[in-house]
Amino acid sequence: MIETDKELIKNIVMKGKRLDKRAFDEYRKIAIESGVISSAEGSARVRIGDTEVVAGVKMDIGEPYPDSKDAGVLTVNAEFLPLASEEFESGPPREDSIELARVVDRAIRESKCIDFKKLCIEEGKKVWMVFVDISVIDHDGNLIDAAGLASVQALASARMPKLIKNKDSYEVDYENRSKEKLPMSGIPVSTTFVKIGGQIMADPLLSEELAMDARLTVGTFDSNGKIRFCSMQKGGNGGFTEDEIAAILDMAEEKGEELRKLIKKG
Amino acid sequence: MRIDGRKKDELRPIEAKVGVLKNANGSAMFRMGNTIAVAGVFGPREVHPKHKEEAERAILRTEYRMSAFSTTSRSRPGPSRRSKEISMVIREALVPVLFLEEFPKTAIDVHIEVLQADASTRCAALNAAALALADAGVQMRDLVASCSAGKTNGEIVLDIAGKEDTDGELDLPVAYYPHKKMITLLQMDGIATKEEMKKIIALAKKGCEEIYEIQKKVLKEKYKEGDKDEQ
Repeated sequence: MIETDKELIKNIVMKGKRLDKRAFDEYRKIAIESGVISSAEGSARVRIGDTEVVAGVKMDIGEPYPDSKDAGVLTVNAEFLPLASEEFESGPPREDSIELARVVDRAIRESKCIDFKKLCIEEGKKVWMVFVDISVIDHDGNLIDAAGLASVQALASARMPKLIKNKDSYEVDYENRSKEKLPMSGIPVSTTFVKIGGQIMADPLLSEELAMDARLTVGTFDSNGKIRFCSMQKGGNGGFTEDEIAAILDMAEEKGEELRKLIKKG
Repeated sequence: MRIDGRKKDELRPIEAKVGVLKNANGSAMFRMGNTIAVAGVFGPREVHPKHKEEAERAILRTEYRMSAFSTTSRSRPGPSRRSKEISMVIREALVPVLFLEEFPKTAIDVHIEVLQADASTRCAALNAAALALADAGVQMRDLVASCSAGKTNGEIVLDIAGKEDTDGELDLPVAYYPHKKMITLLQMDGIATKEEMKKIIALAKKGCEEIYEIQKKVLKEKYKEGDKDEQ
């Protein structure tokens, strides 16, 4: 088990500092590369400090859900690779990897940034399925924001595979990708904050996550120059007061804008 | 006025009972309109598998499940990604009120079954779980009360249900630890401005305060002096 000196981290925070000397509202250095996986329709590698995440978008033809016959399908999945941390093991998904995938999914889905109606091929029969698979390569905290950025960058850089219509069936040509992008507008991002000893801070390190009282992830997106909120998720064995939540919403608005600027459209 | 005739800040009719199961150490039923949850608590008891036990505290395990017949179109039995996430956020909402350090090397298991689902199932589940833990005699700092608020047809309303849920624009479930004025579960999906978000959170908190009073009343009635069942 990874051990962290919670008292040490709390003491540093009490002195108004952080372990890596960052300001409380400051993110670590973020590096985003897109098109890192040629076998995927879209992909991105994101590093936030020593945290590293790769997301890949694959597409296929499938059947729509009965309650939305004219819409494509989005599936987000996350794997915490055993090479990323001594805590991660192969086997069934951990509850935190399920949570991560669902929180990333929620921000993308709820922001309505992808026009799923445009991913319908034949109503009630065939639609595009969009799979976003997230691999956590190295874990030094704040996996949700890294995974969110990687997913959105992978989607924004994706090129649709060619669709071949046969007599009464469809085929996907992965060798010859079209130049067509996914129908996407707006960029949803997740911003995560933790509370340690009453202090709220952005972009937690792994050791800060191990010492935290609670965590709050807030999803925002841009809509015609205005910022809107689209998802929230509290984590950890603690809570927040209403005032603390209000302060986090302010920070999420500001930090979300900073992160959005790092995403390259197309 | 809303589809079911409620006011914007009005909860659905609530029914709560404790001690509804014979075998569990503590149990409760919580009904919010057409959403019904039953919770059973076992423990503190020995931990299986052994390697999960913690030297200095009890571990809390929560399981949220939905019966196959609880929804209009049958829901597949067994754990799903959704139910695993909800089990986790319910656990994290309850931990702050429990004196887990009082029972080292033990497990407290909370099993919650949603028998009928009409929105806010995680809230009804949490309300039942908090009552069942109290009924089991697990030492607690306070209860946890839960309810949701949201947006439907552009209006901010408390305790979304039925068509308001399926056609609604936003759902925000909250759990509240009243004594500390702390929100211990907070999730949201839907689109809102910052001002709307603050209003919705405040409304959900108000709903939790009302539910807290109901929870206390039910427990006091069960454990009032002279209750022969409990002596």
